[in-house]
Amino acid sequence: MSLLRALLAGSLLWLSAAHAAELRIGLAADVTSMDPHFLNLQPNVNIGWHVFDALTHVDEDARLIPGLAASWRALDATTWEFKLRRGVRFHDGSELTAEDVVFSIERTLQVPNGQFGTFTRRIVAKEIPDPYTLRLKTAAPYAMVPYDLNSVFIVSKKAATGARPEDFDSGRAMIGTGPYRFARFARGDRVELARNDRYWGGPAAWDKVSFRIIPTDGARLAGLLSGDLDLIEQVPTADLQRIRRDALLETATKVSWRTIFFYLDRHRDRDPRISDKAGKPLAHNPFSDIRVRRALSQAINRQAIAERLMDGAALPASNLVSPPVFGYAADLQPDAYDPEGAKRLLAEAGYPEGFAVTLSATNNRYVNDEQLAQAVAQMLARIGIQIRVAAFPVNVYLPKGAKGDFAFAMLGWGSFSADLALRSLVATADAKKGFGAFNWSGYSNPKLDELLERAFATVDEKAREALAREAMRTAMRDYAVIPLHHQVSTWAMKRSLAYAPRTDEFTLAHHVRAK
Amino acid sequence: MLAYVARRLAQSLAVLVLMSLLVFAGVYAVGNPIDILVNPQSDQDEIARATAALGLDRPLAEQYLVFLKDAATGDLGRSFVYNAPAIGLILERMPATLELATTAMLIALLLGVPLGLWAGVSPRSTAGRAISAGSILGFSLPTFWVGLMLIMVFSVWLGWLPTSGRGPTTTIAGIPLSFLSIEGLRHLALPAANLALFNLSLVARLARSGAREAMQQDYVRFARAKGLAESRIVGTHVLKNVLVPVVTVAGVEFGSVIAFAVVTESIFAWPGMGKLLIDSIGVLDRPVMVAYLCIVVLLFVAINLAVDLLVSWLDPRVRLGAGP
Repeated sequence: MSLLRALLAGSLLWLSAAHAAELRIGLAADVTSMDPHFLNLQPNVNIGWHVFDALTHVDEDARLIPGLAASWRALDATTWEFKLRRGVRFHDGSELTAEDVVFSIERTLQVPNGQFGTFTRRIVAKEIPDPYTLRLKTAAPYAMVPYDLNSVFIVSKKAATGARPEDFDSGRAMIGTGPYRFARFARGDRVELARNDRYWGGPAAWDKVSFRIIPTDGARLAGLLSGDLDLIEQVPTADLQRIRRDALLETATKVSWRTIFFYLDRHRDRDPRISDKAGKPLAHNPFSDIRVRRALSQAINRQAIAERLMDGAALPASNLVSPPVFGYAADLQPDAYDPEGAKRLLAEAGYPEGFAVTLSATNNRYVNDEQLAQAVAQMLARIGIQIRVAAFPVNVYLPKGAKGDFAFAMLGWGSFSADLALRSLVATADAKKGFGAFNWSGYSNPKLDELLERAFATVDEKAREALAREAMRTAMRDYAVIPLHHQVSTWAMKRSLAYAPRTDEFTLAHHVRAK
Repeated sequence: MLAYVARRLAQSLAVLVLMSLLVFAGVYAVGNPIDILVNPQSDQDEIARATAALGLDRPLAEQYLVFLKDAATGDLGRSFVYNAPAIGLILERMPATLELATTAMLIALLLGVPLGLWAGVSPRSTAGRAISAGSILGFSLPTFWVGLMLIMVFSVWLGWLPTSGRGPTTTIAGIPLSFLSIEGLRHLALPAANLALFNLSLVARLARSGAREAMQQDYVRFARAKGLAESRIVGTHVLKNVLVPVVTVAGVEFGSVIAFAVVTESIFAWPGMGKLLIDSIGVLDRPVMVAYLCIVVLLFVAINLAVDLLVSWLDPRVRLGAGP
């Protein structure tokens, strides 16, 4: 009996020892700064979600859920009221109040070169009726306040007053309410965290978490295979099959919010970059004709690309946002592969012989990006469109795109609502309204603009989602862009672990548990 | 001698100015960094504000003059993405790279010279042939591939060494060093071996041909006739003659090892400054690119100077500052 008890105690001890072991995660991109209000970069924000919280959080499907705010509602068209959770404590023991929230909102506008002012600039007045209530006013009706505040981490007013970015990097000002406390930041190497035992959402499973920064795909995978790492993100698609066969490893996949699409130049009626096959520029821009745009879409075999080129790590797309995202129009179907139909459409539009154009793409940004462009070029060749693929590294590509250098180009976009994605990418460019900041194609559709304006002014969630869906349908039926697929993100981990994969691609240690 | 050093430093200043101008023009030709840095959720106002905040809305000439003015006071600007002074970022990463490069160079010299001597003294023996053949492999295999193979064999299959990263550091005189602990050495072993391979082969080949040549010389025959022990002939007389070209080449190579450590640093996720440069180029982080290149130029100048001084000490016939 006593032997059994000793054994049992021993195994319990071993179990708790296993729990005390740190969780080592391989990150795919460099964390540049600890300051939560500096750059809106995925790896930086990923670390932020461990140390800090926002008023609103999003779940695995990128849908809004309560965070530090237990509830919120629109009092009228321009006033939002947030009720804070009571008894939430910062890592230094002080209690969270509305003062800290107001301080954080204001700090986003003060950090030099900070990018989070985008999410707070529309707030024109802040009121604190009591320490647990906050009222935010906007100048015009604006429905996105709870969404925008998902991007604003709440820092401790006491710790962050007067703090410079260096104070966050050193940890002095890294005082949040999140599930983990900051322990150490070794730039370019790792970020170490320790559990916050008093987390309002219940303590996380791991005592210590160490994020290793390993951008080289092969090295990250080798780290997992050798046991140096417990979990890695962004598994290269070519290695997926191998990992799935490995008895010691487990994968988790989820459709990502990143959608890959093609945009077509719509700026001008005559585009010298589009020519007949002899090289003579066409008299009119063929992309102005919806039949040509539809033909391009029907000529792409999305299923084959998803299965073969992407090894299953892609979902053929009909929308500019992925299925779980707010405003996704589920009634739209990806265009079926129909090269014959596409040829007929081209002939109807007056291009029976096709034409020639350059397809521009990145070669180091999206999963298999250059290969995707090559594959699509070959598919379009089958309907008589001659494509030359020009692939650039992203640091050359984006500035060229922003200058309007491309007639036909590939781009990827992640957004957690349809109306936001449409506003940035296909709404008529208008600096005053903040519409079309990344509308590099020059597409313009007054009906779409009007739907978007109404959506942003509608504070009722249901009504706004209906408008966002309608806007998506309007844009997609007009082939404002040609969607290709939604990326599927993959995590790989030791068999003993489980991770709830996320549409927003974040790798959150507090959502990793031991099986 | 002092005049010689001063002249060399003045030359390097001209190189620095020229190089910063090239980097400015180069980045400008590639594109506007703001297009890469910008937050995808922002609108036109926000983009304009960010552009102005970084001074990227001003003409290139003006941006460059502002940079020169600040540089004169030792301020090379703040990184666009790290939100920290560029020079500080590089100095923060420099110990890791120097540690890696020095270890690699020591491996190359301490193994390469004896191996080369051995192969040079007995070129027809099995060992001599093996060393020659092995050095050709070491030359021709790409670093990237060798690095991945080292990881596969020593980390994944054998499980002896960690796959990547730098081990725990101990701070000595303000410099964080990782080779003072077992764990640190285990992390250092593979990347240092990977980086050393090319130079190990190079040094071995240089030492081998130097030794072969020296063995035919009169002074060796003379020493033999005098009855000196073979170990003394090779270990003292031959070695000293072999070292002159080895030191010259090793000096030049040390600079390249620092500059090309980037491949090894990337594979092994070694937090050195080469990796910082590649990351910075990826996002057109101009202040870091300029500062990095300035520091590398200074390093090269310093290394070359040290090599010249060392060679003149090894070979008294070499006179500094003389010549055309």
